[in-house]
Amino acid sequence: MRSVVAVSGRVEETPSTVTLRFPFAAAADPGQFVMLWIPGDDELPMSLSYTDGPSKGVTVKAMGSTSRRVLDIAPGTAIGIRGPYGNAFDLSPRRVLIVAGGSGAAVLAPAADRARALGAEVTVALGATRAPELLFRDRFRAMDARVEVATDDGSEGAKGFVTAVAARLLGESPFDAVWTCGPEVMMRKVIEAARPRGVPVFCSVERHMKCALGMCDACALGPYHVCEDGPVFSAEHLARTPDFGVFHRDSSGRRVPF
Amino acid sequence: MSDLSVRLSSVPLRNPFLLASGIWGESGESLAAAWRAGAGGVVTKSIGAGPRPGYPNPTVETYGDWGMLNAMGLPNPGIDEYPKEVAIALGAGATVVGSVFAGDAAEFARLGERMAATGVHALELNLSCPHAEGFGTEVGSEPAAVEEIVRAVVRAVRVPVIAKITPNAADPGGLAAAAERGGAAAVSAINTLRALAVDVRLRRPVLAHGLGGLSGPAVKPVGLACVWQMYERIRVPIVGMGGISTPDDALEYVMAGARALEVGTAIAFRGVGVFRELTDGLARRLDELGFARLEDAVGAAHRAARPAGA
Repeated sequence: MRSVVAVSGRVEETPSTVTLRFPFAAAADPGQFVMLWIPGDDELPMSLSYTDGPSKGVTVKAMGSTSRRVLDIAPGTAIGIRGPYGNAFDLSPRRVLIVAGGSGAAVLAPAADRARALGAEVTVALGATRAPELLFRDRFRAMDARVEVATDDGSEGAKGFVTAVAARLLGESPFDAVWTCGPEVMMRKVIEAARPRGVPVFCSVERHMKCALGMCDACALGPYHVCEDGPVFSAEHLARTPDFGVFHRDSSGRRVPF
Repeated sequence: MSDLSVRLSSVPLRNPFLLASGIWGESGESLAAAWRAGAGGVVTKSIGAGPRPGYPNPTVETYGDWGMLNAMGLPNPGIDEYPKEVAIALGAGATVVGSVFAGDAAEFARLGERMAATGVHALELNLSCPHAEGFGTEVGSEPAAVEEIVRAVVRAVRVPVIAKITPNAADPGGLAAAAERGGAAAVSAINTLRALAVDVRLRRPVLAHGLGGLSGPAVKPVGLACVWQMYERIRVPIVGMGGISTPDDALEYVMAGARALEVGTAIAFRGVGVFRELTDGLARRLDELGFARLEDAVGAAHRAARPAGA
């Protein structure tokens, strides 16, 4: 159902990332998303970064022109919210490796929260371009997760890609599942690193979205629709699509290579 | 179990339930998935001359499980890009109807020719989108224009041409008759009903485009009336649609005069499994009512409505 609510809080998480909190009572699970409407502008799919309780949240990185304007929304501003939509992470694994690149931590942090509350061991490989852009590092640490960091410029943790950290962690200890979100090229590397060890990988995937109701086909991904069949997909399902890591579709449905 | 196979002009359909245009039709993989889910055929997104992004969001609003308002704005990758998507659907064995939209008869003919060249089994002309300036209802509300467009396309292609008629006109039956005069092999109806939603707190239309089109169970009686009136006016087959989500909805359309059917909004409300629910349920229902074949039920309500000697 769609509702119009006033933004109740705004937190600058990193220089390029902002969390907006808003009242939205519907039950939601980590992995699910809402359609966030900025009246007069656009409506965007946003994974929930806070799923528990009556105050939900999304954490937005400045990407396109609209998401940049989302960053400037002040508390008190009226926005539209509909959802939550899509599937969620399966929280049953006991030993979880989380691999987050860029703003991917936004959807993975609430999943880690719930997994920790259920008693799972959570290890986080967190990557960013530079130290100030490490999203939710302190939030992961506060839930007693083991956090390993990689930055492109080496300003914190290992210098280089977070996928190298993930591959090392997979070699060091056994995991029951890997949850990942970030650029598709990164997620493909995570899948490749986990495959020889037989660890199942679940990816939160992003596509252009319009109806979010499984109808308009804007978010088509192979035979799936990200809004209904996802946004969380297993590596096995993604292997059945010609799209993943190769192309996405623009607003007109044209294939655009990554 | 009763026989659900029908012929739509020269095109044999394994069952009467086609995926409606606009639903799932941007990608060939999605069309193939609808075919594998049991659709009797699939109608593509309406394709135009070039890539078109459509309107900004919000593009949809829902009303419980009885109605949906949308103004997508005819987004499509354009006729240069789209043949690769058709190829995927045809490769999966699907019966494919290619939908096109254009602003005048010459462009319709050119697009129809190019769509036909992809190997589709039939064409559907979008003469009825209610919310796209310069297209759809704006070119499909005058009988003379409908006749001219259909005639131009029929001359340009060898596959059957289906004219999709708007309900947002004074006399949809007259538009169907015009399409038949132009040489249409079939007509389809209805497109969505022009409609609006306003958010009272924000004091603005919900959809970015303002006006949109209403679909879903709410529009079924309107669609039935259009099909009924068309059946009285034309001899070519009618493809009925508008709010079909149960076998009895389908049978109402058939008895009002439809030979084939399209299913759209029910995919959003009930999932793509609705195709199997509809085919299994309709076969059972026809059996219960004593029809050996779906074709025998086409227009049955008209025969009852005309007592002998009347």
